[in-house]
Amino acid sequence: MTHGTFELDGREVPFSPGQTILQAALAASVYIPHLCYHPEFKPHGSCKVCTVKVNGRPMSSCTTPAQEGQQVESNTPEINEARRTLVQFLFVEGNHFCPSCEQSGRCTLQATGYALGMTNPQFNPLFPNRPVDASHPDILLDFNRCILCELCVRASGEVDGKSVFALSGRGITKHLIVNAESGKLGDTELSVGDKAVEVCPVGVILRKRKGFDEPIGRRRYDIAAIDEFAAAAPKGGTP
Amino acid sequence: MTTLETAAKPEGLRRIAIDPVSRVEGHGKVTILLDDQRKVHQVRLHIVEFRGFERFIQGRPYWEVPVMVQRLCGICPVSHHLAAAKALDLVVGAKTLTPTADRVRRLMHYGQILQSHALHFFHLASPDLLFGFGSAPAKRNVVGVAAAQPELARQGVLLRKFGQEVIRVTAGKRVHGTGAVPGGVNKHVTRAERDELKAALSQVLEWARAGVQLISRLHLANRHLYDTFGTAKSNLLSLVGARGALELYDGTLRARDPDGKILFDGLDCQQYRSRIAEEVKSWSYMKFPYLSALGPEAGWYKVGPLARVQNCDVITTPLAEAERAAFRDAFDGAITHAPLAYHWARLIELLHAAELIARLLDDDALSEGPLTATGPRRAEGVGVIEAPRGTLIHHYKVAPDDLVTMCNLIVSTTHNNTAMNEVIREVARAELDGREPTEALLNHVEVAIRAFDPCLSCATHALGQMPLLVDLVDAQGLLVKQLRRDSP
Ligand code: SF4
Ligand code: FES
Repeated sequence: MTHGTFELDGREVPFSPGQTILQAALAASVYIPHLCYHPEFKPHGSCKVCTVKVNGRPMSSCTTPAQEGQQVESNTPEINEARRTLVQFLFVEGNHFCPSCEQSGRCTLQATGYALGMTNPQFNPLFPNRPVDASHPDILLDFNRCILCELCVRASGEVDGKSVFALSGRGITKHLIVNAESGKLGDTELSVGDKAVEVCPVGVILRKRKGFDEPIGRRRYDIAAIDEFAAAAPKGGTP
Repeated sequence: MTTLETAAKPEGLRRIAIDPVSRVEGHGKVTILLDDQRKVHQVRLHIVEFRGFERFIQGRPYWEVPVMVQRLCGICPVSHHLAAAKALDLVVGAKTLTPTADRVRRLMHYGQILQSHALHFFHLASPDLLFGFGSAPAKRNVVGVAAAQPELARQGVLLRKFGQEVIRVTAGKRVHGTGAVPGGVNKHVTRAERDELKAALSQVLEWARAGVQLISRLHLANRHLYDTFGTAKSNLLSLVGARGALELYDGTLRARDPDGKILFDGLDCQQYRSRIAEEVKSWSYMKFPYLSALGPEAGWYKVGPLARVQNCDVITTPLAEAERAAFRDAFDGAITHAPLAYHWARLIELLHAAELIARLLDDDALSEGPLTATGPRRAEGVGVIEAPRGTLIHHYKVAPDDLVTMCNLIVSTTHNNTAMNEVIREVARAELDGREPTEALLNHVEVAIRAFDPCLSCATHALGQMPLLVDLVDAQGLLVKQLRRDSP
């Protein structure tokens, strides 16, 4: 049921009641870059990559409700530059070595970087020291790549009912933790079929021993760029 | 070992450093220490590549390793990819691979041998060999070859392209593919891909044959130079296959002494440490491996084409076997240690790789059948292959939590470390002793290094194009003279 329309980069976009700008845009096959939004979870607006200008003011499109007659700017050089900077920060805050990462070609961060025309790291990498947690028999946690999107936190709590993950600390010290006395994944109830394992958009929560079974060249974003996915999947969003 | 490695009295000697000033990280540097009479007293090849990589791999999940190790060396990533996968096959219990995995990996490997050997000969070495080591640097490069012998240059480019195509269809990408996984491979080669490669085969085989003809002609036409330039006797090490055949992908280790007597044979690669030890020297980051039974003084050896072609008893493909026989006859059945004979041996191998590719492309296991195998998990594995530049050893220990706890790598260029040092000493002694160093003389040192095709970034610049800084420094550290060559 269409409720009204707003204007996105000069184009009329219809929306239904309760839809955010991002949801309506994706439903109309228009890609707005985003990282912490996932169609199956309540948006919480932390990464700011989905920022647009609504009637001239910067807002997160994943949390801003669509309203009749809004003037929304998204695909402008200025906004894309800001988004690119945010993504570049994420790259240097963690250890993202795409060439040897098993998620290369199916990683949302990498694909978003490409979509935003990011070609170099721009800032000096911080090279944080983050050892992996291999204590679980079937799942590996590689903290090096966490972008703090909280999707696993939400999935584990809301869908799996296990609350295995949480974020702790503030600002630059904010990091992912495992809810177990030992702090080790092996001491949680997490299992391979859990939503929390599937939902990580980057390469933190990994099924062990599977890394390169899917050949490079045949992966999700090898086949089509992330914005083309949005265009091809009207209901979607790009988890 | 000659006495030239360490001068008895370093004080009062002058130092010449051949220092490639390159923006590419990691370069070789040759230091020649002369005395007042310009006699060579001390020669050292400094190599700073391959530092710290083993530590980098520790603590990483094992399935990442075959992809990660490709970053070890921009020059032969496929070889590291395969050696690591072979070592980890054992960890995941895949003692025997599926026919598909065996064929796809072999095809990938032979593609790498072909493209690497073609690049080395046609792009890097042929300018020296065709125009002479002392000829004008402006001419002595691949552009010079293209001008003087356009057809030869074209064949070199196309041979290399063919090898890269073979790598692409097996590994997924031309560089840094992911085709091999612990226990097998992750994709088939389609019939269409095979047909496309097959269409180019007759040309590839013809050019590969012509390449061997060319290098044997060059060698025989300038016999004295080719046989004596930098020649230093050493042991030989390589894999061999069944019945002592030349084997590049999987076999057992064999070593011969400088006269060709077999020192050991049929050594299971898992046991490499029972026969090979590594010595550390204060002046080099690179270790010096040697055959432990002979000790570091006498146990150093050569690896790579010249070692392999003479270590084996036979080559299993007819054209290359005929060329091997011709090579042997040219040296009256004796072992040659001439660094410049590496080129001839390398082109025999290029022909062999082309023949093996031709044979494999008819094998339907490439296109159908299971990709991986498994078995009882093991804590440790050693993978050895014959990379384009020689024997390559990867050794890992993996904990039950799947993380790598130990990694030991001996790369081809490390095996050849002492041999390269010895050859440079020979050249320095013959070419530099008692004479004022000139650019042409210093080039000879580079030609000697290049014969080994070391995987050093400095060695991938065409000769005459390598930016060089040559310092003459006296014992007090004062710069006496500087020779400099910038890249054009
Ligand atoms: S582990 Fe993955 S899903 Fe969880 S917060 Fe980090 S990036 Fe997001
Ligand atoms: S803030 Fe909207 S997708 Fe992250």
